[in-house]
Amino acid sequence: MKLSGLPRRAGVGFKPEHFLAINAAAQPIGFFEVHAENYMGAGGPPHAQLGKLREDYALSIHGVGLSIGSVQPLDKEHLSRLKIVCDRYEPESFSEHLAWSTHDSVFLNDLLPLPYTSHTLTAVADHIDQVQETLKRQMLLENPATYLLFAESTIEETEFLADVVRRTGCGLLLDVNNVFVGSTNHHMDPGDYLALFPIESVREIHLSGHSETVDDAGAPLLIDSHDTPVKDPVWALFEALIARTGPVATLIEWDNDVPDWPVLCAEAQAADDILLNASNRRAA
Amino acid sequence: MSLDTQTRFAVALTDPAAPVPKGLASWTGSQPERRFAVYRNNVIAALTGALAARFPASQQIVGEAFFAAMAADFIRAHPPRSPLLLSYGDDFAEFVERFEPAKAIAYLPDVIRLEAARGKAYHAADVASLDAATLAALSPARLADLVFVPHPSLCVLRSPHPVVTIWAMNAGEAALQPIANWAAEDAMVIRPHLIVEVRRLPPGGAAFLQALAQGTCLAAAVDIATEDADAFDLSANLAGALQSGAFIAFR
Repeated sequence: MKLSGLPRRAGVGFKPEHFLAINAAAQPIGFFEVHAENYMGAGGPPHAQLGKLREDYALSIHGVGLSIGSVQPLDKEHLSRLKIVCDRYEPESFSEHLAWSTHDSVFLNDLLPLPYTSHTLTAVADHIDQVQETLKRQMLLENPATYLLFAESTIEETEFLADVVRRTGCGLLLDVNNVFVGSTNHHMDPGDYLALFPIESVREIHLSGHSETVDDAGAPLLIDSHDTPVKDPVWALFEALIARTGPVATLIEWDNDVPDWPVLCAEAQAADDILLNASNRRAA
Repeated sequence: MSLDTQTRFAVALTDPAAPVPKGLASWTGSQPERRFAVYRNNVIAALTGALAARFPASQQIVGEAFFAAMAADFIRAHPPRSPLLLSYGDDFAEFVERFEPAKAIAYLPDVIRLEAARGKAYHAADVASLDAATLAALSPARLADLVFVPHPSLCVLRSPHPVVTIWAMNAGEAALQPIANWAAEDAMVIRPHLIVEVRRLPPGGAAFLQALAQGTCLAAAVDIATEDADAFDLSANLAGALQSGAFIAFR
């Protein structure tokens, strides 16, 4: 099984509108990440662009449609499509979400939450075994941003993720914005969550922006909207985390209201500075 | 999660009349209507976004609010059956044709068909087009029996409306202005390299290309095209097709 191995630098989620700007000069970017589903067509500009990016940069392929958290079986056709994409581009890393998005073959196109029980733990672990066996590579599982909880849950999310890692040998993608969003939404301390997170298994970090609203009782409800710069409390959590872990491959995710390339690139530079400081401190 | 929990959750997501599923919790204790609504909104908004990205000129024609309402109805009636959203909306034109509020815009379904063809061409396999010079080297006696292999991105579309003109004006390819000559237009959609091209076809051109794309030999395709339009011009149409890269081989 090929292990996940991105450079311990800052990366950026690739958007086709940035291709010309990226291609115009060498960029100070450690890796690019793409959504696997956008590269499942037969040909055309998506493959031409990704083929070119792949020549110059490390690559992370991030799935958004496998529905690993479903209690129903994985879509084998979709899994074979993922294998074709991974075999073609040989990414340094493949990741997916602790969430479900398909039910009875209807694709709901959102990352939906699941209760954490021994039953769902077995289902998720079986699905990850199947993914890793098919792709012949270690996958990373990403912690979700959630807006509500299930009464039937019996396991903490951090413990659930640690159990999945133990059972499957997968790695983790720690989305720090998701931690902040989920902790705020569930009235918990994100620092406590991160203290319990199995950080020794983290191979990649995601940073992104969120938006704010309120729930029925008027309590703050944060939405994982990926449409703004990374917010200050998320930067603070990231910096404290990196002080514990040392440098980890870190992605800036900006999927909606995407800014011009220089703005996105500067956001990655800010993350890279924190990673570089951490390695300098370790070397000192 | 039992299958029941997942089923109730999934059903309530796309049915606005369904109650928030039982068994959900939040620290504020109240019935988590607004929290569940985040997921409901996400599902419809993300799929509407996928349709808007594939049908931008159609959205431009009806406006964002109208498009969103039409898309939401379509999504509930025809949710995607695959995580591959590249082909989501292949049947959107047929839905819009029967969508009462859009009936007054008779040309809208054909603009949607044109945009669907553009999307397919964008993601079609990359294949080199037939070099016209190889055809010129053939003896004239062989031409009549030639059968062509269409480029995987090729699509021919016929409309009783000026569909190419309307599409171009709403896709930012032409200035928006009144259409003086409201006439039927046929279109060829093709992507020989990286750019998807839309071409207006001359009289008989659509019948000719459709026949050839289905494997009809050249002589029979010419008969079909001439039947379709007296003014059919073989050399102009054949040259146009070859220049556009509509075919990849012949036999």
